Amino acid sequence: MVSRLGFLGVIARLFMWAFLLGLAVVVLYPLLWMALNGFKTNAELFGNPFALPVDWSFDNYRKAWNRGVSDYLTTSVLVTVTSTVATVFVSAWAAYGLTRVNIPLNKVITAVILGGLMLAPTVALVPLVKMFQAMGLYNSFWALLILYTAFRVPFTTFLIRAYMLDLPREVDEAADVDGAGRWTAFWRIILPMCKPIITSTVLLHILFAWNEYLFAMVFTSGSGVQTLPVGLTSLMSKHGTEFPVVFAGMVIAAVPVVALFFFGQRYIVKGLADGIGK
Amino acid sequence: MRTIFHRALGLAWVIPALALVGVFVYLPLVQNFGFSTLKWDIYSGSQEYIGLENYRKLLDDPVFWSSFGNNLLYAVVSIVFQVFGALLLAALIESIRSERWRRGLRAVYFIPSAISLTVAGLLFYFIYEPNLGLLNHALEAVGLGQFGQSWLGQESTAMFAIIAMSQWQGFGYSTLLFAVAIQRIPSEIYGAAAIDGTGPVRRFVHVTLPLVREMTGLMTMVTISGAFQVFNEVMVMTSGGPDNSTQVLGTWLYRSGFVRNNFGYAAAIATVLFVITLGVAMAQLWVTRRRRVEW
Repeated sequence: MVSRLGFLGVIARLFMWAFLLGLAVVVLYPLLWMALNGFKTNAELFGNPFALPVDWSFDNYRKAWNRGVSDYLTTSVLVTVTSTVATVFVSAWAAYGLTRVNIPLNKVITAVILGGLMLAPTVALVPLVKMFQAMGLYNSFWALLILYTAFRVPFTTFLIRAYMLDLPREVDEAADVDGAGRWTAFWRIILPMCKPIITSTVLLHILFAWNEYLFAMVFTSGSGVQTLPVGLTSLMSKHGTEFPVVFAGMVIAAVPVVALFFFGQRYIVKGLADGIGK
Repeated sequence: MRTIFHRALGLAWVIPALALVGVFVYLPLVQNFGFSTLKWDIYSGSQEYIGLENYRKLLDDPVFWSSFGNNLLYAVVSIVFQVFGALLLAALIESIRSERWRRGLRAVYFIPSAISLTVAGLLFYFIYEPNLGLLNHALEAVGLGQFGQSWLGQESTAMFAIIAMSQWQGFGYSTLLFAVAIQRIPSEIYGAAAIDGTGPVRRFVHVTLPLVREMTGLMTMVTISGAFQVFNEVMVMTSGGPDNSTQVLGTWLYRSGFVRNNFGYAAAIATVLFVITLGVAMAQLWVTRRRRVEW
């Protein structure tokens, strides 16, 4: 094969690899720089930015942690976990009804739920603020839980519904024969069969909730309810003269999702591909 | 009678989803139109009906138009890099024979998309920083030090700097999706092309490109829609400054409502955003539907 490429082919291959690896460096180097800066002192940071840290102490991490990052992290974990459970559960529940139960106005209801996909959060911002103030939920954990769930149910339902549509009908018949009620059929038969898509939607929702900024910024203030993305900007404005501490906070925020991506890569890719390809 | 009751009972499955989406997605949308006809001071609580006055003011607002222009610029650059660039890149990656390298490169390019825009925004805030930033130091290192500047501090460069960061953050995501689309092309088609002695360029133009056309169309829509919803990266890096030069519709909406205390005006901007995103969504539906007919 290689011999058939000829001289020009070899040159082209060489260029291709130089380009692909060069691009990988462009992508990775800023992230590496971020991680290294978390170990530097302010003086080192302002010196030569390419230099390695002189002494690898976790001081900046400790400082970042004590200056609010532990609170932001706790809130982020809490909001992410609860909204993931709520979103995936409500969506799987709805997807089951839409694909397995003979309900009135099925098509209209499907269109209404999936139609929510098209509506941008920014558009609803002003009325939502008013609504949450009226409900007394403004600046609370509940505001984020509700908003993350409501705005992600359309996408999540869309993915799970598509998967459920492809499950064979015989499954339901078998469940009927066994005398299983709807609830049992959903819980014991359909849901376990949907494990791959449930895993995808869980991972995609975690990526979303962990990184969300617009709602978190508008609906929360004060470290008790702020999530990491917003907390980092507060850390920046409060301790903006100690840049290494901010870098340490950034690394703390980035590491969990990058790790999650590496472990769940297969499911994330599958979920994204299904979501956008249909 | 019993069957009707039974069917109605089935609604219990969809009611939670319907309620959430209805109350928190659709209702605010409807309310937004009402709000956009008000002169609304949030502190004094005074609301006054002024009809379409907010929309008229919008047309005369230079910042609204420059925000709109910035969104457009965002869309154009993103289409170049995240649709066509990503498609080319995905084709390059998929032409590699080693599965391990293919997977490794896709994963590396995706990493910036996994981290939050806040982290990415802050990171690039530092990269662009004139004194400690990587960019100016890198320019100096290769002897181009005279081009070093305060990238986010000047009207002429700030918007481009933000858009560049966005491309860095987002291209891996679309590359991944294109890679999946290319993988779905049956290998026999490529086999047939190989027997005909087609070179890689012609293979890309005559086989890959037509067969991922639907994905290209969808990604174009998703990219345009995303470009008009940009908020986070601008907020983190410049908050719309210097002198509103990096303002986009999302941040101008935020500023008008929450900083300048004019919720009615913010609602009017939201309506414009709604019309644009709905238009793009409709076009997307149309693309999807046409594909279904073809298959």
